Amino acid sequence: MQSVHEATMREQFGATVTELLERDPRTALVLADIGVAQFAGAARAHPDRVVNVGIREQLLIGVAGGLALTGLRPIAHTFASFLVERPFEQLKLDLVHQGVGAVLVSAAGSYDWPAGGRTHMSPGDVALLDTLPGWHVHVPGHPAEADLLLRHAVAADDTLQYVRLSEHRNAGPQPVAPGEFLTVRRGSHLAGVVLAVGPMLDAVLAATETLDVTVLYAATVRPFDEAGLRAALGERADVVLVEPYLAGTSERAAHRALAHLPHRVLSLGVPLAEHRHYGSIPEHLAAYGLDAAGLHARIAEHLR
Amino acid sequence: MTSVTSTTSVTGRTSGPGTTIRTADRRYGYDDLSDLIALMAGDEKHSPAAHSTLDALWVLYDRVLDVHPAAADAPDRDRFLLSKGHGPMAYYAVLAAKGFFPVELLHSFGAYDSPLGHHPDRLLVPGAEIGSGSLGHGLPLAVGTALGLRAQGLDGPAVWVLIGDAEFDEGSNHEAVAFAGAVGLERLHVLVIDNSSATHGWSGGIAARFAGEGWATATVDGRDHEQLHRAFTAPHPGRPYAVVARTEPKHG
Repeated sequence: MQSVHEATMREQFGATVTELLERDPRTALVLADIGVAQFAGAARAHPDRVVNVGIREQLLIGVAGGLALTGLRPIAHTFASFLVERPFEQLKLDLVHQGVGAVLVSAAGSYDWPAGGRTHMSPGDVALLDTLPGWHVHVPGHPAEADLLLRHAVAADDTLQYVRLSEHRNAGPQPVAPGEFLTVRRGSHLAGVVLAVGPMLDAVLAATETLDVTVLYAATVRPFDEAGLRAALGERADVVLVEPYLAGTSERAAHRALAHLPHRVLSLGVPLAEHRHYGSIPEHLAAYGLDAAGLHARIAEHLR
Repeated sequence: MTSVTSTTSVTGRTSGPGTTIRTADRRYGYDDLSDLIALMAGDEKHSPAAHSTLDALWVLYDRVLDVHPAAADAPDRDRFLLSKGHGPMAYYAVLAAKGFFPVELLHSFGAYDSPLGHHPDRLLVPGAEIGSGSLGHGLPLAVGTALGLRAQGLDGPAVWVLIGDAEFDEGSNHEAVAFAGAVGLERLHVLVIDNSSATHGWSGGIAARFAGEGWATATVDGRDHEQLHRAFTAPHPGRPYAVVARTEPKHG
């Protein structure tokens, strides 16, 4: 086999947004020193629509809000810690409260750089966005999905869109439709349902190979496809959520989707407690119980 | 102090049994503003701050800004962003005097169904470019607005943002000041109302913070309309511009 470099989600983001900047004069990209190198060509071609504010994340979001006030479609990018957590009030006021839209594209959300430690981990980003109205949240599991979801997010009028890119990915892409859960494996009428979000799919499929379960895949988690979850149910409303960010982030949405039924929900994801270890992504996934072995044990127990 | 009048067309509404609608043509001038502010009396909590902005706001809207109620959404209008959103009575009075909304609305200040809150909401207040209240948001939004206009080839419109000297404590302002100076964002204008209310003050003056980042600056008497007008209309090629308007100390 020939060894071919496969693009990461961040590299795909560079290629996709460079093309969108070229094609659509309404688009503008705002950076805060992270990811600048891959937009050097775009910045030369469109110096007024590719803006690097330096290491100033409050300004990153304030500028995005101001660009949107003039009718542009801003795309803002940095690590999730500095895109969502640090300027959180700017998300609330400079975007949501002003009634303007933007596309926020994060990298290194939960455990992408374990050796970087807690300062570069933001497993609570999606849960934080859940405290604000109007956000669409995409969690691609493959660079090809990232391409599709980025195009969708930028084209979605003046809405608020969050695209969460990761180093963690599945081997292949799924034929995702933004906003809809996809059935990847169909269990019997007695099967429980496991919802795998973005990069968690491959581990979920491996973990459930010997189990009678229906596996749903979500590359868009907000809005939460309540009808899609209900449609996947057989005779039992037992659900497992497997999310690559804070455990339980979508639990409330799942309960709402199943409110008319007696139901059980198990929420798996990144634990709330700080995990003061460095190392690699696989080591962290194993420690969180999010590798195939850890998932198998907990899913089998819940759906017994 | 000068008193300048302008012509506005106002649609007033008198409610009650057999509601009638009347249309009045009348001119509101600077001398009417204190009466208009009085219409909002009720909560006095913010009133000193409101008055510190009054003269500078009036001179801007009366003689400097190219923005009018009939074309309040025109892409090439000048933008005025009230960042210091607390104490908005002077702002509302000026907007009403200039016809952005009927002066009768001022009575409703702070009421449940009123568009006029104790902090302005751009989705509710005709003529308000931003919603504000939490300090330190207007200047970064103004930087983005100036960049957005430039990116669309709209080099004419000026972007003005009003901040307070205490508001300048917020670090987000300093992110914006350094960046705008570094990139020479010429269409960006900051009006600092300095009523000496910052707890730890600004040793050497506020203007020095802007000048140090490459801005053009002026410091004037914030009650003197001619000084304000001269400062507001001074050229500042290639640089953003800060006008510090000093008023009587808040706790003086």
